[in-house]
Amino acid sequence: MSTPQLFFAYFAVMMTGLSLMVVTRKNPVHSVLYMLILFAHIAALYLFLNAEFLAAIQIIIYAGAILVLFLFVIMMLNLRKEETEKRFQKQWPLGIGIGVVLAVFLIMIVGKIAVIAPLGPYSIDAVRSDGHIMTVGKVLYSEFLLPFEIASLILLVAVVGAVVLAKRKIE
Amino acid sequence: MVPLSWYILLSAVMFSIGVFGFLSRRNLILIFLSLELMLNSVNISLVAFSHYLQSMRGQILVFFIITVAAAEAAIGLAILIAFYRNNPTIKVDEINLMKG
Amino acid sequence: MLKYILIPLLPLIAFIINILFGRNFIKDKAHWIAVPAVACSFILALSAFMNVASGNVININVYNWIVSGTFTVTIGFLIDQLTAIMLIVVTSISTLIFIYSIGYMHGDKGYYRFFSYLSLFVFSMLILVMANNFLLLYFGWEAVGLCSYFLIGFWYEKKSAANAGKKAFIVNRFGDFGFGLGVILVFLTYGSLEYTQVFSDAGSIAGQTINIFGSDVDLITLICLLLFCGAVGKSAQMPLHVWLPDAMEGPTPVSALIHAATMVTAGVFLVARCNPLFSLSHTAMNTVAIVGGVTSIFAASIGLVQNDIKRVIAYSTVSQLGYMFLALGVGAYSAGIFHLYTHAYFKALLFLGSGSVIHALGNEQNMQKMGGLKKYMPVTYAVFVIATLSITGIPGLSGFFSKDEILWRAYSSGELGKVLWLLGTIVALMTAFYSWRLIFLTFHGKFRGTHEQEHHLHESPKVITVPLMFLAFGAIFAGYAGIPPLILEHGDKIGEFLGPVLGHPHGEGSHLEEIMVMMTSVLVAVGGWYGAYIMYVKKPDMPLEAVSKFTPLYNLLFNKYYVDEIYDKVFVKPTLKMSDKVVLGFFDVKIIEGIVNGVPNLVGAFSKKFREIQTGMLSNYGLVMALGALCIIGYVIFLK
Repeated sequence: MSTPQLFFAYFAVMMTGLSLMVVTRKNPVHSVLYMLILFAHIAALYLFLNAEFLAAIQIIIYAGAILVLFLFVIMMLNLRKEETEKRFQKQWPLGIGIGVVLAVFLIMIVGKIAVIAPLGPYSIDAVRSDGHIMTVGKVLYSEFLLPFEIASLILLVAVVGAVVLAKRKIE
Repeated sequence: MVPLSWYILLSAVMFSIGVFGFLSRRNLILIFLSLELMLNSVNISLVAFSHYLQSMRGQILVFFIITVAAAEAAIGLAILIAFYRNNPTIKVDEINLMKG
Repeated sequence: MLKYILIPLLPLIAFIINILFGRNFIKDKAHWIAVPAVACSFILALSAFMNVASGNVININVYNWIVSGTFTVTIGFLIDQLTAIMLIVVTSISTLIFIYSIGYMHGDKGYYRFFSYLSLFVFSMLILVMANNFLLLYFGWEAVGLCSYFLIGFWYEKKSAANAGKKAFIVNRFGDFGFGLGVILVFLTYGSLEYTQVFSDAGSIAGQTINIFGSDVDLITLICLLLFCGAVGKSAQMPLHVWLPDAMEGPTPVSALIHAATMVTAGVFLVARCNPLFSLSHTAMNTVAIVGGVTSIFAASIGLVQNDIKRVIAYSTVSQLGYMFLALGVGAYSAGIFHLYTHAYFKALLFLGSGSVIHALGNEQNMQKMGGLKKYMPVTYAVFVIATLSITGIPGLSGFFSKDEILWRAYSSGELGKVLWLLGTIVALMTAFYSWRLIFLTFHGKFRGTHEQEHHLHESPKVITVPLMFLAFGAIFAGYAGIPPLILEHGDKIGEFLGPVLGHPHGEGSHLEEIMVMMTSVLVAVGGWYGAYIMYVKKPDMPLEAVSKFTPLYNLLFNKYYVDEIYDKVFVKPTLKMSDKVVLGFFDVKIIEGIVNGVPNLVGAFSKKFREIQTGMLSNYGLVMALGALCIIGYVIFLK
């Protein structure tokens, strides 16, 4: 096995394990912290795939914003007594079953598909000469300008919606 | 070189674990977290495709997924809080308001 | 020209304001809105009249109401000579009665409601007379019916008033049903509802027949008779007259405005308006004349013995309406409209005068409990006498001119006309008798009511007596618009004025005969007075003797020929029984309720089973969704 492959193997094993830890921990805070480590690994994987900007985003948005939001909510709700209760529902064997079958199916698909497509212009060297951020920016602000604007709208709606939903009723 | 299929396999396994978490956990917050896990697994495969096809589209899509995920988390958790205020529970098997 | 649209619009605005803000804001100030509105309408109507008199007939379409293929209905107004006269009658009488109502309805808790309904009524009536097509006419027609219902049942806490309102509405339905069919038939025949087009094409279908249930019917006759159905209902002619006397349950201004002066004349107006159609059908014309003649003698004979002051006047109204139809039926349209115009004034005066009496006596309507009011209510007495002189046709007052015109036109129109003239003369005798009987019972002799009533007797306030004086003025001088040519050449101004719309009646007869007719009617009027004078002043015991002598006849008349009872037996009871047994007992309970309850029961039974699927557990839904996704993936992998 070459070095990159060894590298990938480490990530694959770690990420699978971390994912399992996330979904099995009793204490939600622990789950979130495992998730944090998992996100760091994913960011590293993005670096491995020459997507530096995405790696930064992964850390800043996911780890820095979304997970912190989760932590906030967990602490706000103060769910001490929940920890002593059962963590899985009655249907958990079915959940495992579906998860396993799905994994098998997806793996079988991987065996079946072959990606045959003309390569795009963004080779590693091309991206490297301009820098990843600039490349992404050019595509985002030209080809995907409209979806980009829509995304901003979605965020706006989310901001308003979150405020409206979470605030106490004003009397 | 790492083959593309390895990434896909990793992504598939993570996704399945996410599905398992989504279907089995009692805690609503964990269910949300499983959802994030599934989204991330998809992101991995998208970036991998993007890399191997030397195209930017996959990565752009990841941007949008992150955007939507952030919005979804904010709204979802807000709903959770609003709900918790009325019924002090976040155990999903105790919530059956939709029962017919 | 557009300013004339304001004539109906102003009362409508008054209605809207009063009905919206009356309860909370305007309250007993409602007349400050309604009276100026209708007074302005009157002024505009005068200006419209002047305009028409100078030769301008206005016909404008304001708005496209319905457009569907070739079927077009506009909201449009036609102000010709006929409409102009009607506008004057409606708005002038309305204005006076509105003012009168300020005094009469003072303190009533539905004061604002009363004025809103009155305004709505005036609006509807003006639409009715101003319409330039049949559908808009129909709209106004139904709207006045509706207002009539509101106003008869104005004191709806009183059961008899509510019932009378319903009766008027339902009886009118019969007539309006025919009228509606008539309008449809007009459209099917002429392809248009516009007056101008229909009337100019009127002759084109002469002689055509239509097949109904296997027998051929003359088309134009059918149209006319159907339209006449509506007129019979609205103008309370036989056999649909039963609602009008009951309508006296409403407040007296309503009786005066709607059930004497304006609304009930809508039928006369309709026939006059459709004269190009009616003139084409002898059968229809004769029907109109005979219905009018029979109704007038029928109602007059009932009026002879009634004791309720308002009912006597109500029967007098029915009888006078019969007169008008008689005139229309013999082709003397302008005479009919002329009588409508003079009748409006003296009949409104009679009603308002009786209202003044009723008001003074604290809602006593039985004439047997009145008497001797002459010295307490001199103004009311005076106007009553003027109105009575007018209605009985004493020369010099307006009733004489119009009545004489009708009788002469009837006499000169042929053999059927001679019979009708005889009928009309007998009616005139009866009219004179019961009108004077009313006066003698009410104003002469000794007071027969309670002491308390006597103590409170007083003349009505100015706001009531002043409109009475104006109406009395009308009752005297309105008739001078139509002086017979026999007396004054070119005296028949109104006949000439209406000529372009209604044509000139043809009659044959010498001057001698005309003088004879005139003398007879005067003689009859005086004879009626004398009879009443003998019976009720000279020998007050005579009525009772007469009653005991002719008991069956008296009972027949007193019970209005038992028409109400017959209708009750023949129509009302069987209908109620039928609806109870068949419609309610079988159809409603078994079939309708069976379906109505059966379907939900079935759905309920199914849903009881199916809704158990809905556990309400989020994860269960997720599970099913995941299974579905698995199935799809499996299908894609293995089967494709």
